[in-house]
Amino acid sequence: MSTTIVISIIMTILIAATPILLASLGELVVEKSGVLNLGVEGMMLCGAVCGFGATVATGSLLAGFLAAMAAGVATAMIFAFLTLTLSANQVATGLALTIFGVGVSSLIGKPFVGRTVGRLEPLLPAALSDHPVLRVVFGYDILVYGAIALTAATAWFLTSTRPGLILRAVGESDSSAHAIGYPVIAIRAAAVAFGGAMAGLAGAYFSLALTPMWADRLTAGRGWIALALVVFASWKPGRLLLGAWLFGAVATFELQAKAMGATWLAPEFLAMLPYLATVVVLTLISMRRAGAEGSAPACLGKPFATA
Amino acid sequence: MAAPPEAPPLLELAGIGKSFPGVRANDAISFAVAPEEIHALIGENGAGKSTLVKIIYGVQQADEGVIRWRGAPVAIPSPKAARKLGVGMVFQHFSLFEPMTVIENIALGFDHAIDRRELERKVAQILSAYAIPLDPRRTVHTLSVGERQRIEIVRCLLQNPKLLIMDEPTSVLTPQEADRLFDTLRQLAREGCSILYISHKLGEIKALCDRATILRGGKVVGSCDPKQESTRRMAEMMIGAELKTVARAARAGGGQERIAVAHLSHPAPGHFGVALKDISLSVRAGEIFGIAGVAGNGQTELLLALSGETRSAPDMITLDGRAIGAFGPGRRRRLGLCAVPEERNGHAAAPDFTLAENTVLTARQRLGLVEHGFIATAKTRDYAARIIERFAVKAHGVSALARSLSGGNLQKFIMGREILQTPDALIVSQPTWGVDAGAAAAIHQALVDLAARGSAIVIISQDLDELLTLCDRLAVINEGKLSAPLAISGVSIEQIGLLMGGVHGEAAQRREERAHAPA
Amino acid sequence: MLRLEPRREPSAVMRALSPALAVLLTLIAGFIAFTLMGYNGALAIEQIALAPLLDPVRWPDLLIKAAPLILIATGLSIGFRANVWNIGAEGQYILGAIFATGAALATWEMSGRWILPLMLVAGAAGGAAWAAIPAFLRVRWKVSEILVSLMLTYVSIQLLYYLVRGPWKDPQGFNFPQTRMFSDSQTLPAIIEGSLVHLGVPIAIAVAIIAWILMSRSLFGYSVRLVGMAPQAARHAGFSENRTIWATLLISGALAGFAGALEAAGPFGQLVPQFPANYGFTAIIVAFLGRLDPLGVIAGALLLAVTYVGGELAQTSAGLPQAAAGVFQAMLLFFLLAVDVLARYRIRVGGPAHARAGA
Repeated sequence: MSTTIVISIIMTILIAATPILLASLGELVVEKSGVLNLGVEGMMLCGAVCGFGATVATGSLLAGFLAAMAAGVATAMIFAFLTLTLSANQVATGLALTIFGVGVSSLIGKPFVGRTVGRLEPLLPAALSDHPVLRVVFGYDILVYGAIALTAATAWFLTSTRPGLILRAVGESDSSAHAIGYPVIAIRAAAVAFGGAMAGLAGAYFSLALTPMWADRLTAGRGWIALALVVFASWKPGRLLLGAWLFGAVATFELQAKAMGATWLAPEFLAMLPYLATVVVLTLISMRRAGAEGSAPACLGKPFATA
Repeated sequence: MAAPPEAPPLLELAGIGKSFPGVRANDAISFAVAPEEIHALIGENGAGKSTLVKIIYGVQQADEGVIRWRGAPVAIPSPKAARKLGVGMVFQHFSLFEPMTVIENIALGFDHAIDRRELERKVAQILSAYAIPLDPRRTVHTLSVGERQRIEIVRCLLQNPKLLIMDEPTSVLTPQEADRLFDTLRQLAREGCSILYISHKLGEIKALCDRATILRGGKVVGSCDPKQESTRRMAEMMIGAELKTVARAARAGGGQERIAVAHLSHPAPGHFGVALKDISLSVRAGEIFGIAGVAGNGQTELLLALSGETRSAPDMITLDGRAIGAFGPGRRRRLGLCAVPEERNGHAAAPDFTLAENTVLTARQRLGLVEHGFIATAKTRDYAARIIERFAVKAHGVSALARSLSGGNLQKFIMGREILQTPDALIVSQPTWGVDAGAAAAIHQALVDLAARGSAIVIISQDLDELLTLCDRLAVINEGKLSAPLAISGVSIEQIGLLMGGVHGEAAQRREERAHAPA
Repeated sequence: MLRLEPRREPSAVMRALSPALAVLLTLIAGFIAFTLMGYNGALAIEQIALAPLLDPVRWPDLLIKAAPLILIATGLSIGFRANVWNIGAEGQYILGAIFATGAALATWEMSGRWILPLMLVAGAAGGAAWAAIPAFLRVRWKVSEILVSLMLTYVSIQLLYYLVRGPWKDPQGFNFPQTRMFSDSQTLPAIIEGSLVHLGVPIAIAVAIIAWILMSRSLFGYSVRLVGMAPQAARHAGFSENRTIWATLLISGALAGFAGALEAAGPFGQLVPQFPANYGFTAIIVAFLGRLDPLGVIAGALLLAVTYVGGELAQTSAGLPQAAAGVFQAMLLFFLLAVDVLARYRIRVGGPAHARAGA
């Protein structure tokens, strides 16, 4: 295999991993605070369509990404209000959020179907980003670097800062945190908002960077894969990176095989790969953890009522 | 060690009242705590002690009344405000985070960020000043309950409190650990910190406290100097009636063996459980066998192994000579062994089921409450009604949800559900935990009567008085190991205390040594 | 500031009223949302929520749309009661259709009354087999059934595409991606002369009633409810959690598969790429709307059938995109979850929300 092909494969993997990484980083923080938000896919779709719309309207990609994050936060706040303020069932509310996001994005996105925008360009000057070899390091857009930096920042935040310590404490024992005097609901709401912003950003990465056009359901279940990734990573940010790259590799394999016109496997089976790989990886990680309950936050998914 | 009389009291409550839907928890409560005083707040479960101290600590707000701090009226809207004032509190339920270290837990107790090294220095200072044995680097889930309590105490002491509230602190300690705690509290009082000590154990109040305020039904019913007053008199004030003793027929000694446990071992379930190690015991017909011990030493795991929720090798547990170790709870019940776990809501009973539905939980096999796969509703209602009547359960009929009952009434219902099945063997954990004295006496009487009919009974309890009143023999469980049985006649509290704590202390030391060893 | 005060016992009145309240709030919110988006809000709401009810011509359509929803949601409601979250019913529904079609293609050019039952049984078996995968993984290694069942939905869609584009493509179909049309012995008979209302409708209602009896009266139903609300009490009672996971996933999978088979053998009469109609996801809303009670599910399914049919009407009359019905359905679930709180809590306005700590 020539260097060019290897470089392009590596780059595709890193790019394909980026939105999943962003979304799963957000969900990881949410889950660390003890909340299970299954609505990642819905928030991503809302982010994708709002980001696309804002860019179409303003011509600015920055406006698009900001709008996407705002949309993610807005939808996440619906979830926060229902599950945190009204202590509704988190699983049901998360599912509702996904159904909602699918519908709303398709409704808002109707006028955009088939339209395109200018895609997100590489961050660095062409001398570096188009260099035949160096582009493997320098040839990415800002969000590819940003997602990796955010992973490190999240890891640092959770392990080495006081707010991170408090966030983890709330996820481990909401009643203890409440007894000491921490505002459990507000802390969780902040985590959920962060999760929404990251999911929105991840969604916009699909509509503004990966395939700079709008199509219904263009995230194709990646939000669910991001959820699975958090389990795979045992709630450790560093391992998310590994999981996201692994997923990127599977997706890249699918693309490459299609591009090379592999006939030994029908394209439908190639399209199944990411989902099957997710099931296999989830199973492997659970097999390893069987017995010891592992590192899931103790309050994950349990409602907290102050009275 | 009382302060000069002219000094204003440190804390004074005047006419404090608090209501919850359907309950008057506190009614016109007034009393004062002097500087450097160790003040006891005594009362039964449900007397309103917890509500009152939560008001003082700012967790709840009083509906009426005034709190004065050094003579000036104050509002305490939150625990943070209480801490700022100089009030520290050690709750009965600790506010700890299992997977985190001691030092992280202490840091979380602060209202503001604090430099890690500074904190470590301060903690080390306090640990040595009060001779508190605790390793700040350990993770909480590896600690005993006594060690966990010390984290809470250190958290409070770091705030330099003027008043320290202790809510039933000794219920989780061995007698020796309790003595050590008392030394710490006395030292604190000498150094100028008042203590508000909540308990219903009169013996320790006599030993420790300068004054006592007695609560009953949400009201102050008396106050006294516990060192002068007789224990019996305080008990009667607390209970509001003359003490009753459990009537007990002479034992028909030497019935045949009903339950036998032989070399029962079981690995710890998950991170936070305790492994059972080579447990053997034998209970005869008509006998009540007690299992004492500090919470978290394998009681829960032993109950699960006996009830059938965890299985073992068949012959590790026998009932009337039949190996039942491999059977589940349903099969064991059919053969005559019933069990009552410690946790009422969600384990012994389903809170969102009605009382009638809750009979199906454990009585369906022995009383035929299920016919052809369908629930015989009329029979379940009849049985629930019978339990309510025979055990004087206060409930809005058989269709009341289990969650709507008070703790004591639900416990009576659960005990009734098992006892009225007349099991050949009954295993009970904490039969009167959180139950008022009247209901406790009724439950004790029912257990004694059941034994008199020839059933074998095992009681797992942290309440030594309860075990000493009811049991013929008892053994002590510690770190998953069970001591040899002791006959009640001739056993001393000290002896039991040593069994509860002696082995434990050694093991804790070993653990600490391991933690200090270079990796 | 809103403050929630728990009731000692859930209010029966509020439990019964809250779905009606949720519908009302959804109508209002829908009106506002559609108006803001530049559509004729009043017309859109009238078309989505009322028109199908007022026009008798639409009634058969309502029943046809409700039947698969009733079947799938009944199965889901049983699982949700046990805290088993099968959200891949869409995949099991597709697998049911695939298995039924497989049976149909295998009995091609045969005839007899046994063929249709064979297809339906095959469909149920297909759905159950698909649901057995998350059941096995959950019981054996505690893998989340939520994620696995959902991932398998995406897989099943690709499997469907593969079959209709590849091995099962109708040789006389002008290369369209679709299977042969089923024969008369392979299609569901209509039960109302001259309409499309098929045998699946009464079957679905019967299944819901049987499920209701099982869930409310039988020891099995008792054990399922107990495992869901108090797993530790269920172990104490001697019920096996693993057996409950297996049973509820197999039942919900089989019912979804059965619904897929009915849909393939009824309205579709063949397998096409457009077969997945989101019934598996909508059924989640139906299950909650029906309060996880099979009789409630019948009502919930009819209600959502109205929005399906009404959504189609609004497409032509108010120019509303197809997705509008989906948004409407999701809002309904949001509002239901929100008003549900009224059954468990009293809402008080004002006052500090300080609570018991450590108790």
